[in-house]
Amino acid sequence: MADPLLSIRDLTVEFRTDDGIVHAVDGISYDVLPGETLGIVGESGSGKSVSTLALLGLIPQPPGRIVSGTATFKGTDLLKMGKQELRRFRGDEVAMVFQDPMTSLNPVLRIGFQLGEAIKTHYPKEPDDKIKSRVVELLRLVGVPNPDIRVNQYPHEFSGGMRQRAMIAMSIANSPSLLIADEPTTALDVTIQAQVLEVLKTVQEETRAATILITHDLGIVAEMCDRVLVMYAGRIVESGDVQTIFRSPRHPYTVGLLDSLPKLTEDEEWLRPIPGSPPSLINRPSGCAFHPRCFLSQGRMRCRDEVPELHSAEGQSHRAACHFSDELIGHASKFSEPVEAGSGS
Amino acid sequence: MLTFIARRILYSIPVLVVSSFISFTFVALAGNPLANLRANPRVTPETINHFEHLYHLDQSIFVRYAYWVESIFTQKFGVSLLSGQPIWPDISVAIGHTLQIVLIAQVLALVLGVAVGIYSAIKQYSAFDYTFTSFSFLGYAMPTFWLAALLQLAFTDIYLHWHVRIFYTSGLNSGAGGSNWSIDRFQHIALPVITLAVVSFALYSRYMRATMLDVINSDYVRTARAKGLPERSVIMRHVVRNALIPIATVSALQFGALLAGAIVTEFVFTLDGMGYFFFNRLSQSDTYSVMAYLMIVAVSIVVFNLIADIAYGFLDPRIRYD
Amino acid sequence: MTEPTAPLQASPPPAIIDGMPAAVPVDVAAAEGLEVTVRSQWWYARHRFLRHRLAMIGLVGLVIIFGAGALANWVAPYSFDQIDLNNILHGPTTVGHHYFGTDEVGRDYLSRVIYGVRTSAEVGLVVAVLSTAFGLVVGAIAGYYRGWVDNVIMRITDLVLTIPVLVTLLTVAALLAGKGSLWIIVAILTAFFWTPIARIVRGVFLSLREKEYVEAAKAVGAGDLRIMFRHMLPNTLGPIVVNGTLAVADAILTEAFLSFLGFGIKPPTPSLGNLAAGGQGNPQDWWLTVLPGLVLVLIVICVNFVGDGLRDALDPQQRRVRA
Repeated sequence: MADPLLSIRDLTVEFRTDDGIVHAVDGISYDVLPGETLGIVGESGSGKSVSTLALLGLIPQPPGRIVSGTATFKGTDLLKMGKQELRRFRGDEVAMVFQDPMTSLNPVLRIGFQLGEAIKTHYPKEPDDKIKSRVVELLRLVGVPNPDIRVNQYPHEFSGGMRQRAMIAMSIANSPSLLIADEPTTALDVTIQAQVLEVLKTVQEETRAATILITHDLGIVAEMCDRVLVMYAGRIVESGDVQTIFRSPRHPYTVGLLDSLPKLTEDEEWLRPIPGSPPSLINRPSGCAFHPRCFLSQGRMRCRDEVPELHSAEGQSHRAACHFSDELIGHASKFSEPVEAGSGS
Repeated sequence: MLTFIARRILYSIPVLVVSSFISFTFVALAGNPLANLRANPRVTPETINHFEHLYHLDQSIFVRYAYWVESIFTQKFGVSLLSGQPIWPDISVAIGHTLQIVLIAQVLALVLGVAVGIYSAIKQYSAFDYTFTSFSFLGYAMPTFWLAALLQLAFTDIYLHWHVRIFYTSGLNSGAGGSNWSIDRFQHIALPVITLAVVSFALYSRYMRATMLDVINSDYVRTARAKGLPERSVIMRHVVRNALIPIATVSALQFGALLAGAIVTEFVFTLDGMGYFFFNRLSQSDTYSVMAYLMIVAVSIVVFNLIADIAYGFLDPRIRYD
Repeated sequence: MTEPTAPLQASPPPAIIDGMPAAVPVDVAAAEGLEVTVRSQWWYARHRFLRHRLAMIGLVGLVIIFGAGALANWVAPYSFDQIDLNNILHGPTTVGHHYFGTDEVGRDYLSRVIYGVRTSAEVGLVVAVLSTAFGLVVGAIAGYYRGWVDNVIMRITDLVLTIPVLVTLLTVAALLAGKGSLWIIVAILTAFFWTPIARIVRGVFLSLREKEYVEAAKAVGAGDLRIMFRHMLPNTLGPIVVNGTLAVADAILTEAFLSFLGFGIKPPTPSLGNLAAGGQGNPQDWWLTVLPGLVLVLIVICVNFVGDGLRDALDPQQRRVRA
């Protein structure tokens, strides 16, 4: 097995607010292998974005604080780096695509300029015309029509889908080894979503970059990812490859997530959401954070007293953080048929 | 871009016509143009009739307005009914003086205000921030007449106690017919400039700080950081560039408003500017002079609104394709 | 005869696994002794306001200053027109309770300032209330009915906003001098101050108009007025209160400017403006200008503090995370 590209160990991030301390990320650890697509799934507030923002030093440090943890990328710990050093990684080796293309691009600067900026920051010696042609190339790669004209336009002249394509182009400008896509399609129409996902796949093939794909949409995970992490209330509750997780989930939260998806090939009368609402990250439930909403728990004391650790479920790579995950063996999920494998590996 | 400008100019013209007509009508009807003539018992009714006819006072308001507009172009606002003196020379001199004071005050306020606003936003919650935010708050709350009076009192006091004239507390020049750019002139306009600058500074620095904070927290700034840009470039190229847009419009509008003559400030320091002109002529019910003033004010406001719009279109490409 | 179909259930069955309900409903929680409190929006707003330190300081300041003005007859050591030619132009002293000194005909200045506060505050409050009411009505009509009504109203507000306030005020005041001047001034001030409120209310109404509950109310047959008052207006209360508060300070300031130049409230009735005009340029009688002006500044600062606090309390989208 190859050495992981990125190794996160015991990362804990908290925020100070007027109402108390928000425990956004609580001691999570995971690896990203070169070239693979890792999905991070969770509800809003599960901490899925925060962990990656912390990696790149994009968490504003007054209210936020990285309490502990390491994030080893190609041998160096990103969390221990000084600002200047970290800056050299951002946009070069590690790049990020954000959620809302409407607001993520500067409205008063031309698209070509903003893409060119990404290159020029890291390669200041490159002549401007070379940069310009590379930018046009990138736009062509992501499928923006008439890139040589479009390159001089302003963001408001692009449609939502095109803007996201431009954002993706900007992120791969310097051929990063790791691409982090934070809910890249959430703000887009469903039809455009499919297109943008296609673009992501194309880009992955071109650059062979590893990708962390953060989303709350299990459908996207099924289509794009090799492995997936399920997060809840700042902790990882299950991890493994996509096939295994979809076929035989071992954490009641994952079961709930899968159950709440409508299945088109069956006749269902009611949708089954997970009852209750996501917990406050300031006053988390004691023990396992999911126990107030858990069907498996049934009020057992252990769920309330002891925080479950991630332990192996089925095979080495499948782990779940539940005291009673064994009870889920044999509980076939709705999606027991083989799922379409993700691209990349 | 040019169509944008042309369209804006086209919109302004009817606004100008309407507002000038309204002010003309009001002043013409409420004022009593030949008051001093009528009050004089030795003036015969025939003389009054003669003047009424001469100044078209016996015609409808629309006709009078038309004559007056004509007089702007042909006679440069004509003659004051009160003194018989031509209006234009006096008012043009007044415009010049006000322009000088307002220009210097605004440039100072803008440069300092923007700089302080930027720095306050970057170093939010620092001692610098708190100090200047409080200062701006105070400056904003102070009525100009109070600040003017305070400065006047302070510097008169200095003169009385130490016999040193640092700044003058009234008038534009020490002797009659002083030049416009001498040290003496600057000593005279220093206090009014400070008064006007303080209030404008308060406005600009608060505004700039607020806009900066808004922009600093926006998504595209996060993107810029994620690209690996050094913080300095992030601030200058992305944050400030966007934050300056509303400031440009606000300052253009402020300039236009101040050209009406910071009436109170000129009053306190007895400066021969637009505001002082207006105040005097109004107190004497010198109607045609007042109308001339109102017309100039209307024009300057429309012109500066235009400048503000155009500047906004220039700086923010989203607006151009209206 | 067709087979009778099973009746449709009224609600989805709770997620029941192995006979146990999957969530803990409120009554169960209460039974276990855990407290479940329901708090209204206003409770939160009041709480936030009281927590705002500057707003509290401002409030106390205003109570003192406006209170003194309101209770002028009892608080002021002297009557505002009591002339004492033996004591002209004294600086502030403790002698004879002339804490603010006396003016050029020996009237106690503290009393005059207190009465001045009363006059200025009266004008400010009346203008704020009237302009708020007017702006509310106009903005509601513009936002609710839209179309050409809205267009016309918006053009008018644009026009009003570009006209310089002081110039117009002075012109009107001068030319209509003596004809019930105080009310003319109140009327003109109101004519300028209604525009921001109208804009805000219009904005809120425009956005609410499309909401479902308005459509639902219409479907039930509710009249326009009822919809506007009962459903849409409460949402505007927040910005209106904030704006109205700040308008008080604005109105007081503008009136002060007017009176300072001699065109507003005329002596002997004291207003903070015409009092400040007294000590013009005479460094010996500095207190005649400085003290009323100081009171004016304090009023404006306190009102701004309170306005800030109200804005924080009623407009929580502006939450900022403090270090």
